[in-house]
Amino acid sequence: MFGKLTWDAIPWHDPIIMITGAIVAFGGLVLLGLITYFGKWKYLWTEWLTSVDHKKIGAMYFIMGLIMLLRGFADAIMMRTQQAMAANDAAGYLPPHHYDQIFTAHGVIMIFFVATPFILGLMNVIVPLQIGARDVAFPFVNSLSFWLSAVGAALVMVSMFVGDFAATGWVAYPPLSELGYSPTVGVDYYIWSLQISGIGTTLTGINFIVTILRMRAPSMKLMQMPVFTWTALITNILIVAVFPVLTATLALLAADRYLDMHFFTNELGGNAMMYINLIWIWGHPEVYILILPCFGAFSEIIATFSRKPLFGYASMVYATSSIGVLSFFVWLHHFFTMGSGANVNAFFGIMTTIISIPTGVKLFNWLFTMYRGRIRFHSTVLWTIGFMVTFAVGGMTGVLLAIPGADFVLHNSLFLVAHFHNVIIGGVVFGCLAGMTFWFPKVFGFTLNEFWGKVSFWCWLVGYWLAFTPLYILGFRGMTRRMNHYDIPGWQPYLVVALVGAIIIGMGILALIIQLVVSIRDREKNRDLTGDPWDARSLEWSTTSPAPFYNFAHVPEITSLEQHWDDKISGRAGVKPLHYEDIHMPRNTAAGVLISGFSLILCFALVWHMWAIALISLAATIGTFIHRSYNRDVDYWVPAAEVARLESNRYPEKQEA
Amino acid sequence: MDTSTTNIPSPSHGDHAHSHDDSRNTVMGFWLYLMSDCLIFSVLFATFGVLAANTAGGPDGRDLFKLSYVAGETLILLITSFTFGMAMIQMHAGAKSKVILWLAITAAFGAAFIAMEIYEFAELLHEGAGPGRSAFLSAYFVLVGTHGLHVTAGLMWLITMIHQTMTYGLDGIVRRRLACLSLFWHFLDLVWICVFTFVYLRGML
Amino acid sequence: MNKTLRLIVAGTCVPLLLSLSGCTVELLDPKGQIGMQEKDLILIALGVMLLVVIPVIILTLFFAWKYRESNTSATYAPTWAHSNRIEIVIWAIPCLIVLGLAGLIWVSTHQLDPYRPIASKTPPLEVQVVALNWKWLFIYPEYGIATVNQLEIPVDRPVAFKLTAESIMNSFFIPQLGSQVYAMAGMQTQLHLIANHEGIYPGRSAAFSGPGFSDMHFDTITVSPQAFSAWVAQAQSSPVVLDDKTYAALAAPSIQTQPTVYGRVSPGLFLSVVNHYMPARSMAGMDDKDNDLFMSEASMCGPSKSSEDKN
Repeated sequence: MFGKLTWDAIPWHDPIIMITGAIVAFGGLVLLGLITYFGKWKYLWTEWLTSVDHKKIGAMYFIMGLIMLLRGFADAIMMRTQQAMAANDAAGYLPPHHYDQIFTAHGVIMIFFVATPFILGLMNVIVPLQIGARDVAFPFVNSLSFWLSAVGAALVMVSMFVGDFAATGWVAYPPLSELGYSPTVGVDYYIWSLQISGIGTTLTGINFIVTILRMRAPSMKLMQMPVFTWTALITNILIVAVFPVLTATLALLAADRYLDMHFFTNELGGNAMMYINLIWIWGHPEVYILILPCFGAFSEIIATFSRKPLFGYASMVYATSSIGVLSFFVWLHHFFTMGSGANVNAFFGIMTTIISIPTGVKLFNWLFTMYRGRIRFHSTVLWTIGFMVTFAVGGMTGVLLAIPGADFVLHNSLFLVAHFHNVIIGGVVFGCLAGMTFWFPKVFGFTLNEFWGKVSFWCWLVGYWLAFTPLYILGFRGMTRRMNHYDIPGWQPYLVVALVGAIIIGMGILALIIQLVVSIRDREKNRDLTGDPWDARSLEWSTTSPAPFYNFAHVPEITSLEQHWDDKISGRAGVKPLHYEDIHMPRNTAAGVLISGFSLILCFALVWHMWAIALISLAATIGTFIHRSYNRDVDYWVPAAEVARLESNRYPEKQEA
Repeated sequence: MDTSTTNIPSPSHGDHAHSHDDSRNTVMGFWLYLMSDCLIFSVLFATFGVLAANTAGGPDGRDLFKLSYVAGETLILLITSFTFGMAMIQMHAGAKSKVILWLAITAAFGAAFIAMEIYEFAELLHEGAGPGRSAFLSAYFVLVGTHGLHVTAGLMWLITMIHQTMTYGLDGIVRRRLACLSLFWHFLDLVWICVFTFVYLRGML
Repeated sequence: MNKTLRLIVAGTCVPLLLSLSGCTVELLDPKGQIGMQEKDLILIALGVMLLVVIPVIILTLFFAWKYRESNTSATYAPTWAHSNRIEIVIWAIPCLIVLGLAGLIWVSTHQLDPYRPIASKTPPLEVQVVALNWKWLFIYPEYGIATVNQLEIPVDRPVAFKLTAESIMNSFFIPQLGSQVYAMAGMQTQLHLIANHEGIYPGRSAAFSGPGFSDMHFDTITVSPQAFSAWVAQAQSSPVVLDDKTYAALAAPSIQTQPTVYGRVSPGLFLSVVNHYMPARSMAGMDDKDNDLFMSEASMCGPSKSSEDKN
C-alpha cells in the first residue's frame, strides 16, 4: 500500500531539515488559520484558485516564484557558507549527501520554479492586454498549466521533508542518476516534479502561440505587436519545440529507473552520452526561453521611461527571431570536453558566438533608445541599466566559454558558475523584478513603493558583483563547481567574499519583501487612478488599473505600433465610449485545481512505488478531465448594461486624475 | 472585481459566430499539440536509431520480429483510418447514428490492434526478450509502447466521443472534438507507419 | 549614475586585490605548452571582446547620465526611433567581432584538439587514466607500473593520456597544464598534455560524480627525465601488484585514498576496464585500434558502445 514509504523516510536525525520543516509547517498553519479566521476561504477559492483570469493566474505564478525564490536562496546561502568554511578539506557543516542535494535543488528550483514561473507570470499578465484580447485562447488550460507547475514545486518542497532530493546536479547526468548510483527516491522526485511542471509549461506554450497568433485585436498586424509580445511569441515557440524533448528524455530516465531498462546505463548497451545530448537540446533553448521575455520587458521599460519609442523596432524583432532559431544549434557547447572532434567543436563554438550578434544588437538598441531621451530614474530603469552593464559582461564571458580552446580549461569551473549567474541574475532576475514593478499596478491597481524598490536594486546589484566576481577569479584559479570541500587554502578568501555578496543579495530579497508589504499597507496612497501611471506607450495602459476582468470594454482599434501613445497625442485616449456591448467571458473552473491535485498524489505515489494509489489517482486525473469535457456551461455573457455600470464607476475617477 | 453578479448562462445570441471562431483556435492549438507530440516521437525514434545495434549479446530484430503478424497489425490500424474517415464524412452529412456506428467500428479495430500489441509484447517477455534485456529492446519497447499508449488514450477519447455524440448530438462542440480526435487518430497511423518501416522492416533487413 | 560605476569598481576590486596579495592565478600561470596556448587564446579573445564591451558599458552609463530628465539642456528627440546608418553600424560591429572570433575558434580548436598529439622529438609517455569512485588510477603501460591519486611525469616530454571510467563519469583536469577531457565508462577518450616546468600541479575531477567527488584530487609531480627514471625504477621495485583481484578491491567506492604505487600491473588491465560493460560475445575482435577509431567519432549523438554497431 505505501510502497517504499516508511517513517524512516523523514530525516528525523537532521536538525537543519527538522527545524526548517517545523518553521514551514508552523508558517503554513498560521497562514491557514488566518485565512479561516478572516473567512477568506470562499473568496480565495472562487476569486483566485479556480480563476481563469489570465491576470490572476499571472499573479499566482509570481507568488509561487517569490516563495520558491526564498527556498532557492536559502539553498544558495547554505552552499556559500559551506564553501566559505570548508577549506583545507575541512568538513564544514554540511555532509556531502546533504550538500549535493542542496546544489541540485538550488539549480532545479531557480530554473524551473522561480525563473520559469516569473516568465510565465509576466506573459500571462501582459500578453492579452498588449494585444487587446479579453483572455488567452484556452483559459481552462491556462489554469491547468499553472496548477501543474505548482504541483512540481510542491513535490520539490515535499522531498525536503519526506525522503530526499536528487544529489546529482540540476541536469542529473547518468550514470550517476541511474538506480545503481542514486538508489534513493531523490532522482524520482526530480523526474516527476520536472515532468509535471514541464507538461504545464508545454501547454502554456501552445496556449500563448494561439493567443498571440489568433486573439489579437482584429486590426493588429504582426509588426504592430509590442516587442514584449514578440519576445513572448518566440519564447513560446521555443517552449513547444523543446519541452517535449525534456519530457521524452526524463521519461527514458524514468524507464531506466522504474522498468529496469537500459537507455543511459553503463550495462547492456546503454549510452549516457545520448542523455547528455538530449538534455542540452532542451537545456540551451531553455535559457533563451527565460531571457527573451526579459529582453521584451526591458524594451518596454526603457522606451517608456526615456519618453521615446524603442529604437530599431524591426531590428529588435529580427534579432529576437534569429536568437530563437540559432538557439537550436548550440547545445554541444555544454560538452566540448566529451571528445568530439575539432570540426564539431569548432562548428558549435562558432554557432554560439553568432548568437552574440543579435544579442549585441539588442544592447545597442536599448542604448540608442536612451540616446536623446528624457530618462526618469524609476526603479525599473535602474534595473534596466544595471542589467545592460551586468549583461554585457555576462555575454562576454559566455562567448569566452563558447571558444572550445578556452572552455577546455574553464568548463565546469566556478567561472562557468559565475557566467550563468551573471546572465540569469543580471538578465532574468533583474528583468522579472523590473517587469513586476512596471506591470504591478495593472493587476492590483496600485504602484509599488519606490524607496524599497531602489534599495532592493542596489542590494541585488552590489550583492551580485560581490558574490560572483570572486567566482570568476576562482575559475581562473582552477576551482571546479559543486565542491563540498577543497584542499587549497588560497581559495578561501574569495569564497568568504562571495558569502558576503550572497548575504547582500539576501538583503535585496528582504527589501523586496518589505517593498511588497509597505506597498500593500500604503495601497490607498498609491492607487493608480489613471490606468497609465508611467505615461507609457502600449495598449495595456489604455485600460484601467486594475484592468477589469474583461480587459477592454471595447476591442481596441489598432492603427499604429504605439497605439496608446498615439491616442494620447491625438486626444483619443481616455474618451468614454457612447455605448457598450455584451462581452463573452470564460467561467471559472475548479477542474484545473482538481486535476493537478490528483496528479500530485499520482506523482508522490510514483516516487514511493505505491502502485495502487498511483493507479487510483491516475484514474481520478483522467476521470476529472473527462468529466470536465461534459461541462457545457464554460462561458457566459456580461451584459452591456453591466459593462456600462462597471465602466461608469471608473470614468469619473479617471477624469479626476 | 466581483464576477459572480454577472454570471448569466450563455444564451444563444451570437453563439454561432463565437463558437466558429473558438473552434478554429482549438484546431490550431491541437495542431501545435500534435507537433509537440511529434517531437516526443522524434526523440524516441532517434534514440531507437542510436541504440538499435546495442543488443548486448541478446536477440536482435531478425530473431524476434514476425513480419506477417506486424503487417496484420498495420493493416488493422490502416483500416481504422478509413473507418474514422467514414465517420467524419457522416459527421459532415449530419448523420448522427452513422457517425456513432463508424466510431464504434473504429474503436473495435483500435482495440484489436492494442490486443495484438499486448500479445506481441507478452510473447517477447515470455521469450526472455523483455525491455531489460538490452538497450535495443528498451528502445523498442518504449517506442512501440508509447505509440500503444497513445492509441489507448485515443480509444478512451473515442468512447467518450461516442457517448457525447449520443448525448449532445452533432453540435458545434462535438464536431470540434471529433475533428481534433480525427487529427489525432490519423497522426497515430502516420507514426505507426514510421514504426513499421524503421523498427520492423529495417530490423528484418 | 557615478554611484553605479563606483560600486561596480569596488565590487570588482576587492577580490582582485585579494588575489594580488595571495598567490598566483593558475590559468594565467600555466606550466605547459597547451596551457600557455589556452591562456593566450583567452587573453586575445577577452581583449577583442572588451573592445566592444567597455565602450558599451561606458556609453550606457554616459547616456543614462546625459539624458536624465533633469538635464533639459540635452537634445530631446521624442519621435526618433530609426536610423539606417546606426542600424548598419550596430549590426556590423558584432558581426565583425564574431567574424574575427570565428576564425580564432576554427584555428585554435584544431590546434588545441585534445586528441592531437603534441609535436616533440621525445616520444610521448603514455598514461592510462581510470576514474574510480572516488580516486584516480594512473597506469604506465610502458613501465608496467601504476599509481593512485598521484601522477608522476617527466618535464618537456609529451604525455598521451587515454582515459576511461569505472562507472560514473568524471572529468580529468590539471588546471596548470591545460585542457580537460571526460573520462566515461565503457569508452576511451584521449588527451595530450605537456609540462614544461618542474613542479607540483594539483589536478582534480571537474565533473561532479557523487559523494566522494570533492576528494578526487591528486598531485601532478613534474620532474627531470633523470629523476623520472629513478622514480620508475623505485616504483618497479614496489611489491604491490595490481591485478584483477586487487583492481576489484581498489574499484570499490572509497574516499580520500592515500597515494599508492603499484610495482606491477597486469597487462591489458586498462582495456579490460574499457570493455567490461560489453557482453562477452562482442568483445572478440575488438582491438585497440578499433577502439580509437570509434572514440575519435564519439561526437554529437554519441555512437553506441558495442562493437556491433559496425554491422
